[in-house]
Amino acid sequence: MSNMLTIENLHAGVPEKKIIKGLSLTVKPGEVHAIMGPNGSGKSTLSSVLAGKEDFEVTAGTVLYEGKDLLEMSPEERAREGVFLAFQYPVEIPGVSNVNFLKTALNEIREHKGLGPIDAAEFLKLIKEKQSLVELQGSLANRSVNEGFSGGEKKRNEIFQMAVLEPRLCILDETDSGLDIDALRIVANGVNKLRSKDRSFIVITHYQRLLDYIVPDVVHVLYDGKIVKSGTKDLALELEAKGYDWIKKEFVEA
Amino acid sequence: MAKSDQILDEHIASEYKYGWFDPIEMDTAPKGLSEDIVRFISAKKNEPAWLLEWRLKAYRHWLTMEEPRHWAHISYPPVNFQDIIYYAAPKKKEGVKSFDEVDPELLKTFEKLGISLEEQKRLVGMESNIAVDAVIDSVSVKTTFKETLAEKGIIFCSFSEAVHEHPELVKKYLGSVVPHTDNFYAALNSAVFSDGSFCYIPKGVRCPMELSTYFRINSAGTGQFERTLIIADEGSYVSYLEGCTAPQRDENQLHAAVVEIVAHKNGEVKYSTVQNWYPGDKDGKGGVYNFVTKRGICLEENAKISWTQVETGSAITWKYPSVILKGDNSVGEFYSVAVTNNMQQADTGTKMIHIGKNTRSTIVSKGISAGKSNNSYRGLVRISRGAKNARNFSQCDSLLMGDKCGAHTFPYIEIKDKSGIVEHEATTSKIGEDQIFYCNQRGIETEKAVALIVNGYCKEVLNQLPMEFAVEARKLLAVSLEGSVG
Repeated sequence: MSNMLTIENLHAGVPEKKIIKGLSLTVKPGEVHAIMGPNGSGKSTLSSVLAGKEDFEVTAGTVLYEGKDLLEMSPEERAREGVFLAFQYPVEIPGVSNVNFLKTALNEIREHKGLGPIDAAEFLKLIKEKQSLVELQGSLANRSVNEGFSGGEKKRNEIFQMAVLEPRLCILDETDSGLDIDALRIVANGVNKLRSKDRSFIVITHYQRLLDYIVPDVVHVLYDGKIVKSGTKDLALELEAKGYDWIKKEFVEA
Repeated sequence: MAKSDQILDEHIASEYKYGWFDPIEMDTAPKGLSEDIVRFISAKKNEPAWLLEWRLKAYRHWLTMEEPRHWAHISYPPVNFQDIIYYAAPKKKEGVKSFDEVDPELLKTFEKLGISLEEQKRLVGMESNIAVDAVIDSVSVKTTFKETLAEKGIIFCSFSEAVHEHPELVKKYLGSVVPHTDNFYAALNSAVFSDGSFCYIPKGVRCPMELSTYFRINSAGTGQFERTLIIADEGSYVSYLEGCTAPQRDENQLHAAVVEIVAHKNGEVKYSTVQNWYPGDKDGKGGVYNFVTKRGICLEENAKISWTQVETGSAITWKYPSVILKGDNSVGEFYSVAVTNNMQQADTGTKMIHIGKNTRSTIVSKGISAGKSNNSYRGLVRISRGAKNARNFSQCDSLLMGDKCGAHTFPYIEIKDKSGIVEHEATTSKIGEDQIFYCNQRGIETEKAVALIVNGYCKEVLNQLPMEFAVEARKLLAVSLEGSVG
């Protein structure tokens, strides 16, 4: 089985600061990888670099997505190729309805696949079906993108978009932050329903809590821009119990 | 970086879609302005003596006036009024009797503009909802659906035709809203206007289709001075559309139009403009100077006048579509999107003059500045003494793209009656890189993302436009802003 994503010796950061310092990671189709780590370890930078945000510069290393050079692609090409980032802070776009936004995005992706624009009735059906996945109210779909949404609604909206656009590599950047326990359950259920043998997830989180619902195949600990420890879901429990200090200590001593 | 520069250049180069020139044979006046030229124009149009007198009076008044150069937030070299051709008309072929004999070059021009009179013609008698009057340079060349409209008693024709066929109406209303003494450009227009559209909706008639005029400046060195007069009699309704384009030229061209609207008791006029005059190139060379006076009067009670404008073109836009709310309970509305890119300058807004009791006005202005452009909103809300319980709501938003452009707001509020309520809201925002990246991450490229975000920002205004026009306006907004985010 070929890899979905292969990151080798990645170095990246902003001009005045190195943040990712030699990160390697391999994700196979259907796998769920959790990336945990203390504040400032480079978790969000990793998701931004994978999505192609211009603020970050890659200074060394390679990233292959389904065998193709991901770093050579523009952000929109990555999205059309099936890379989806669920934002930690979803952005508001006043006056643009959620539905219109999603339809535009979906049609771009379809065009990339050589398909024509989606039929209006078919699209409506799709929206209805996917909305129920994250228990999103019908009215939310017609409101402006994320405008006036509560924190929980914004995160559910991200998963809803993910469900509609059907990406193959989903990156969840602290999707659990700011969620109460009910919203967390809804979001996690949505993600679980989207798990399949061809779809991989990178779940970036601070807390083990989310991983009770989205059970990962592998857990990685990111520290100082590198993956310093990998293990099963038990590693997450261990981190929860002991904190990150022992990792830091172990890493510094090593 | 080099790649994005290249994309930017390509977009700027492809910006203006209507920049062609058609070799239509023209009948033109000699350059410059004098009483003789005014007489020449009047004679060309075979006008009655009263109209010539009216023009001459305006011309003599204009001579006493000074070009207004200081109060608006725009700058440009002085206009040489002797270096302009004041009359240019497509040459009429001998004995043109039917539509088929019209200069084929002319028809091609219309097809390129997307009007296709040929198509319009074929549609006569079938279902369609827009009647078109087309004005090239100075004269109206063709009005469609005239017969269909005539059945309802609606008059929709060129201004020149109205002068001959409905002199009593023209005489009664011409200059009644914008007198020739109003301002420098209105006076100039009154002296040399060559054509335009005329529209009269009789009592109790709801105009069954959108009435539309397409204006085009084609000839070089020509000024365009059209005059539009719309009258909605008691209890009538009309929706009127105006579209404008001009060829791409290195020199600046002057456009000084006057639009007058009169709404009688319970009458309603909805006037929509999509202005796409050539804006000049990216260094500010060429482009149309658009100095326009548009005003409507709600003459009697319960009248309503609504202006909607999407301004994307012109090197300079100087324009304040206004409503005089004279009748009690009358309503005035102004919805505007003004886009400036590269070196464009716009100073635009409205005046709402409340005179009658319980009059209401709404102003929604959305300015978008990109490149090195300057975009100003200038608006006056006046509640006159005795205008009991007048209300106004104004919302002026500015959107900035990049860091080299400017957005300005100049609201003037004069309240002479204590019972008036005036609300003013203003915001300034920037298109966020985070918004664009969010769209990118969903598969939407930057140009499309900008169009999407801008359309969302202008939604309240675009929603006011008739369907076909709204689609056109959306496309135009996207084209006007192409390449503005690197």
